[in-house]
Amino acid sequence: MASVSVPMGQRIRFDMRNVWIAPPLLILAVLFFYPLSLIAGVSLAGGGHSISLSHYTAVLGSALFRNALLHTIGIALASSAGCLALGFTLSLILSFVPFPGARILARLIDTFIALPTFLVALAFTFIYGSAGVLNESLMRLLHLPLAPVDFLYSPWGVILAEVTVYTPFVMRPLLAAFSLIEQAQIEVACGLGAGPFRVIRQIILPAAIPALLAGGSLCLLLTVNEFGIVLFIGAKGVITLPLLVYDKAIQEFDYPTACVIAVVNVALSLSLYSLYRMIMSRFGGARAGLV
Amino acid sequence: MAPDAVIDREQTAAWAAAPVLPGPVAGQASPGAVPSNHGGGITLEDVTVSYKGITVLERLSLDVRPGEIMAIIGPSGSGKTTALRAVAGFVRPTSGRIRIGERDVTDLPPAVRDIGMVVQNYALFPHMRVDENVAFGLRARREANEAVRAQVAACLRMVGMEGYARRYPRELSGGQQQRIAIARALAIRPRVLLLDEPLSALDAQIRRSMLDELARLHRDLPSLTVLYVTHDQTEALTLADRIAIMRGGRLIAFGESQAIYRAPPNRFAAEFLGHANLLPVTLEAPDAEHGLARARFGASTLLAASPHGLLPGQGCLLCIRQHDITLRPAEGPANTLAGIVRAVRWQGDLHSILLDVEGCQLRLSCTPLREPPAVGAVAQVHFAAADASLIPEEAAGNG
Repeated sequence: MASVSVPMGQRIRFDMRNVWIAPPLLILAVLFFYPLSLIAGVSLAGGGHSISLSHYTAVLGSALFRNALLHTIGIALASSAGCLALGFTLSLILSFVPFPGARILARLIDTFIALPTFLVALAFTFIYGSAGVLNESLMRLLHLPLAPVDFLYSPWGVILAEVTVYTPFVMRPLLAAFSLIEQAQIEVACGLGAGPFRVIRQIILPAAIPALLAGGSLCLLLTVNEFGIVLFIGAKGVITLPLLVYDKAIQEFDYPTACVIAVVNVALSLSLYSLYRMIMSRFGGARAGLV
Repeated sequence: MAPDAVIDREQTAAWAAAPVLPGPVAGQASPGAVPSNHGGGITLEDVTVSYKGITVLERLSLDVRPGEIMAIIGPSGSGKTTALRAVAGFVRPTSGRIRIGERDVTDLPPAVRDIGMVVQNYALFPHMRVDENVAFGLRARREANEAVRAQVAACLRMVGMEGYARRYPRELSGGQQQRIAIARALAIRPRVLLLDEPLSALDAQIRRSMLDELARLHRDLPSLTVLYVTHDQTEALTLADRIAIMRGGRLIAFGESQAIYRAPPNRFAAEFLGHANLLPVTLEAPDAEHGLARARFGASTLLAASPHGLLPGQGCLLCIRQHDITLRPAEGPANTLAGIVRAVRWQGDLHSILLDVEGCQLRLSCTPLREPPAVGAVAQVHFAAADASLIPEEAAGNG
């Protein structure tokens, strides 16, 4: 019988391949970790030289911050919910309702992802703004002295814009998930007596849950950090965390407060990103590619 | 795997005796309920299906009798699956009518056609456990919970899968998944059962076992009408009472399984179903001896059945199955041919021998020979006149 020898006293060998980790680490340190550490340092020093949490207590206790946090979370949740509802509906239509041009339309959705977010806000201003096409038409038609449609300058305007911009982020994984559902499953379900809503609820929706969770958490992550749309629309009283950072740092030169809010914003984003990764790994394996 | 004997006769009897769907439970009619549906046949009348101007099914007329198993066979693209999907309601005929029982279902959606369907890849719902899969159709029809539980248990017992109720489809083998698919289709006590290549994804051994089970299942559920689409002639011949052969969207041959096998109506049917030998002959006398026709093949005179009304002098094909040819000539010169052995193949349970007879290929199969003929040797073969039939030379027209 052949014997297997095991080398004794193995020495740790230096692998040259490990050297390649140094350049990306260096770049990350210079471009990301160092600026982040500066922000964290300023947030803890509060403009002085000693490190304390007193500045955090003051900022986090302020009504302005709480208001911004609530707005940020509220708008992000509402936008994400809107994206999920609209994305699911549109993906269903594109995947399961045969009509000419469906494939081209699905590809067009990708181009939406490539567009800058403020572009939609700008387009909305032209359509729904005070001097937009809709208001001008209504004022002319109904002889109104003031613009009747003014939702754009409220949280609803921000939510609508964010839903428009971020729905493709839900649709992309959903379309991929739907493409993997066997047509035969749907046909068999119909043959067994299931109507369209039962098929959607019991066959399509369960298959789409990983994609919905991944798309939804990605939307949440992106909408929490959304700055361009909120700034561009300039909704009355709608201050979100990124906008508050901008106000404090650029308009008021209050860098310590801006840094505290930025750190909270980063913590919130990292938490959401962790959630996103957790969902990805939970529904990993064969379906990981979808999300 | 479940045990071999999986069809429980007691359960199939219980299945058949149970109240028909979609009435929720016995004695309780639900709004819109379809009446008792057993014994319904399928009728296709001049059904044509076209996609973007391309006709994939051309004026198909078929009548599947109540309680019958009819197989539709044909090569890929022959239109057999389209025909089945038209019956199921997933394909809308461009013209023609489809009836299930007495009901015209041409314009009805699949959900109300009262069909059970089993497809090649099972199409089990992956996120549902086995019992939930089987219960799906019953729940869709809003059956009472108690009735659903009883019916699911009965159907699982019927296919020998009662011990697998809480498993997910991914935890089952291919054969087990197929059994669940059959149980799911039968749970709703459909008017007709549509089987679309149901055994194609299984390996040969399990396929044979499932074929036996399907045959036994139908013996125990004689009122169930089955439309079975396959490209496998063995499945069709084993299960079906009648066979329809399709090619290019058209019905090429149709008839009782044995009849269509013994006396195929045309070249395509003869070749597709059993790879018959076809020898070009000229009909000499249509009713020469004992109702058999005499035909000339080169210098030889052959006797064969002539069921298709061929005329004297007409060129036709003599169809003879491989297993009906014997290597040693029988007494007397009738239907004896001499040929050069071109190939000899041992296939385990049989020998396959290819002969060149007057420039035509003739293949015969027989039980393994102790001393097979050598390649290049001259061999004499014989076949009984009753085993041979004459068919028109042109592969056209319905059977």
